[in-house]
Amino acid sequence: MLQIDLWKRVLIWAVCAFGLLMAMPNAFYERVEASNDAVAEIELGYSGNGLEEQAAMWPSWAPSSLVNLGLDLRGGAHLLAEVQVADVYEARIKAMWPEIRDMLREERASIGTIRLQPSEVDELRVRISKPEEIDRAASLVRGLARPVVSLTAAGQSDITVSSEGSTIVVALSDAEKLATDERTVQQALEIIRRRIDEVGTREPTIQRQGSDRILIQVPGIGSAAELKDIIGTTAQLTFNPVIGRGTDKDANPGPGNEVLPSLDDEGVYYTVESAPVVTGEELVDAQPSFDQNNSPAVSFRFNPTGARKFGDYTAENIGSPFAIVLDGEVVSAPVIQAHIPGGSGIITGRFAVEETTNLAVLLRAGALPAGLEFLEERTIGPELGQDSIDAGKIACIVAFVSVLVFMFLSYGTFGLFANVALILNVGLIFGLLSTIGATLTLPGIAGIVLTIGMAVDANVLVFERIREELKTAKGPARAIELGYEKALSAILDANITTFITAVILFAVGSGPVRGFAITLGLGILTSVFTAIFVTRLMIVIWYERRRPKTIEV
Amino acid sequence: MRLRLVPKDTKWDFFSRPVLWLGISGFLMVLAMVSFFVQGLNYGIDFRGGTTIRTESAQTVVASDYRAALVPLELGDVSITEVFDPTFEDNQFVTMIRIQAQEGQQSVTSDVVRNVQTALQAIAPDISFVSVESVGPKVSGELIQTAVIAVLLAITAVLIYIWLRFEWQFALGAVAALVHDVVLTIGVFSELQIRFDLAIIAALLTIVGYSLNDTVVVFDRVRENLRKFKKIELKDVLNLSINETLSRTVMTSVTTLLALISLFVLGGDVIRGFVFAMIWGVIVGTYSSVFVASAVLLKLGVKRDWSKPSNTGGNQFANIDA
Repeated sequence: MLQIDLWKRVLIWAVCAFGLLMAMPNAFYERVEASNDAVAEIELGYSGNGLEEQAAMWPSWAPSSLVNLGLDLRGGAHLLAEVQVADVYEARIKAMWPEIRDMLREERASIGTIRLQPSEVDELRVRISKPEEIDRAASLVRGLARPVVSLTAAGQSDITVSSEGSTIVVALSDAEKLATDERTVQQALEIIRRRIDEVGTREPTIQRQGSDRILIQVPGIGSAAELKDIIGTTAQLTFNPVIGRGTDKDANPGPGNEVLPSLDDEGVYYTVESAPVVTGEELVDAQPSFDQNNSPAVSFRFNPTGARKFGDYTAENIGSPFAIVLDGEVVSAPVIQAHIPGGSGIITGRFAVEETTNLAVLLRAGALPAGLEFLEERTIGPELGQDSIDAGKIACIVAFVSVLVFMFLSYGTFGLFANVALILNVGLIFGLLSTIGATLTLPGIAGIVLTIGMAVDANVLVFERIREELKTAKGPARAIELGYEKALSAILDANITTFITAVILFAVGSGPVRGFAITLGLGILTSVFTAIFVTRLMIVIWYERRRPKTIEV
Repeated sequence: MRLRLVPKDTKWDFFSRPVLWLGISGFLMVLAMVSFFVQGLNYGIDFRGGTTIRTESAQTVVASDYRAALVPLELGDVSITEVFDPTFEDNQFVTMIRIQAQEGQQSVTSDVVRNVQTALQAIAPDISFVSVESVGPKVSGELIQTAVIAVLLAITAVLIYIWLRFEWQFALGAVAALVHDVVLTIGVFSELQIRFDLAIIAALLTIVGYSLNDTVVVFDRVRENLRKFKKIELKDVLNLSINETLSRTVMTSVTTLLALISLFVLGGDVIRGFVFAMIWGVIVGTYSSVFVASAVLLKLGVKRDWSKPSNTGGNQFANIDA
C-alpha cells in the first residue's frame, strides 16, 4: 500500500529540479539577456567595450536559455509578404530570346528571317518568313529545352514550344513554373534574411508560410514602414544596351525592347533591350563611395563570369551608351569610353550619402527575385508591450495567491500539497518554454493564468475522490490509494480532450493564437505530471512520517 | 473547518424539469442565432481587413476632434473609441481608431497610416501611436476560413475521441453541450458587440476544451456507476453521478474563475475581450455539462447490459483502465 519505489521518487524530484533549473534564468531576465548578447558578440570575434564584464554577469555554467517574448510583449514590427512569383516568369522567358535568336539566325538559309512578335508577358512569339519550315524551326527551339530541376517533376522540360501558323510560341511549362516558384520563394527568404541581418537587429523571425508567403517579425524595430524600406525594394540591378533616348513614355519600343523612365530626370525615357547584358546577381561586392567629382556613388565588382560578359560587351560596343537599370528605372546611361576588363565599376547618380549606403547594402545582399506585396503589417510599440507584461504579472500573482488561499481553505494540508505542486507547475511551464525556445505572447500569459486555474483540477478530482472513498474504505491509506486509482481515468480523459484542442489550435492557428496553444498544451502536460506524481509523492511521504489514524481532506 | 462550496452528500434532482432546462438552453441558442444573423459580429480587422491604430496622449481626447481631423483624408468608415482601463495612469488617454480596408487595395499601404498620423499630430502634438496594425482583405478572408476549420476540427476530433472511449450516445451528448457553448458565446459577442478577433477564436477553442473537460468527468462517473448499479434507472444513475461529482465541478470552476477574473480586472484592456469570452465559457460550460450533455444522454438512453461482450470497438477501449 502507498508505496513508491525509490528510483521513482528520485526521478520525480530530478524532473522537478531540472525544470526549475531551466526556468531560473527567467527570474533574472535582463541580466541573462545582456550576458547572452555579450557572449554572442564575443563569439563573433568582437571584444572590449566591457563585453567581457557584461558576459560575466551570468555564470557560463548556468543554463541561460530564456523564454522569448513575442512581439506583442516586446514591441516591434510584423509583416506578412506575398512573393509575386509570376514576376519571374517574364524575366525567365525574356532572357531566352538572345539564345533563340542566335540559334535561329544560323538556320536563316532554311527557315528564312525571324521576327519577335509582341506577346503576353510570359511568352515569346517568333515569326519566321518561311511558314512551311515551321515544324523544323519549332523542333530546333525545342532542342533548347532543359530538364526541370526539381524532385517532383524530374524528366519534364522547362519550356513548351508550339506553333501557330508561321509563329513559334515559347512559354514556361507548368512543371517549370512550379519549380521556379519554389526557387523564387526560397531565394526571397534568403535575401530578406540577409538584408535584415545586415541591419543587425536581434532575433528576427523570418519564416515561410504556405506556398508563396513570408512572415517577418523583427523585435525592437520602430515601425513596420521602416522594415518595409529595408526589405520591400527588389533592388534588381541590370545593365542593358540602350537603343534610344526620348521624352515619350508611350513610344513604341519594338519587340524585345522596352521603355524605361529615368530615375533623376523627369520626363526622360530610355528605350533599352529587355535582355540584360549582366545582372546584379553576378555582383560580388558593392560599397558606398565617391566619384571623381566627389559626389556619392556606389562602386561594385562582378564575379568572373559577370566580368567576362561585361568586358566582352564593352569591348564590342565602344562609343554606344548602356543603361544601369535599378528596379525598372534608369539610374544612368553612360557612353562606353573604353573596354572595361576588370569587372568593376561605379554607379553615379544624384544620390545622397545614406542612399548610397542603403543601395550598397541592397546590392550586396542580392536582389529580390520578385516583388513583394504586403498583406498584413503590425507595429507594436515597446511601451504597450511593457504595459502588457506588467499587467500580466500582477494578474498572474493575484490569480496565483487567490487560488492558493482557496485551495488551502478547501482541503487543508492536502490543499497545501496541491499548492506546492501548483508552484512547481508554473516553474515547469517556464522551464519547458525556455528549453524549447518557445515564444511567450499575451494570449500565452492568459494561457498560463488559465492553467493556474485548471491545474488544480486534477488534484481536486483526486481529493474529492479520496473524500468519497474515506466514507467506505478501510483506513486512510487505502482511501488515498483508491482515490488516485479511480480518479485516473477521469483525469486522463479530461486532459486528453483539452490537449487535442490545444494541438489543433497550434496546427491551425498563427501568431498569438499559437503562443496560447503552446502554453495551454505544456500546462496540461505539467499539471498532469504534478498531480499524478508530485502531489502523490508528497502525500505518501507525509503519510509515512505521520501515520495518521484518520485524515481529513 | 473546511470551506465547502457544495454541501456534503447532495441528492439534488437535476432532471425534475428536463423540458424547462432544455427549453431555456434552446431558447437562448435561438436568441443567440437571431442576434448573430440580425446584428452580426463586430469583426476586428483580423477578419474583415483594415487598419487599427492605438493612440496615447496626455491630453483628454475629444473623439469628434479626431474625427474632424480625419474627414479630409476620405478614408470611408472610421470608428474612434476611447479606451478606459483601471490599469491606466491619470494622464493616459487611449483611443482605438479603426479604418476600413481601402477600396481596390489587396495589400496594405503605409501612406494611409502616415497620413492619419500627420493629421492627428496636428491636433494633438504629444500623441504617440503605440500600435498600428493593418490586415489586407486577402488575408482576412483566409483567417475566417481557418478559424472556422479550427473550431470544426476540434469538435470532430473530440467527438471521435469520446466515441472511442465511451459510447456514441455520450459523444453526441458532449458535442451537443459543445455546440451549445460555442453558439451562446458567439451570441454574447454579437449581442454586446464586443470585438471579435483572432484571439477570440482561441478562446472559443479553449471553451470547447474546458466544457469537455467538465462533461467528460461527469460521463466518466456515469460510466462507472452504470457498471456498479445495473438495476437502477438511468435517470437516477445520472443524478447520482452528477451529485457525486458536483463538488469537484464547482471547485474547478471556481478556481478557474478566480484566475480568470483577476486577469479580467488586472490584465489590461488588450486581452479583456479574450478573457471575457473565457469567463463566459467557463460558466456556460459548467452549466451545459450538467444540464445539456447529461440531459441529451438521458433522452438517447444507453446500452445497459455490460456483462455481455459488446460488438462495438469503443467498449473494449473503454475497459482499459476501468
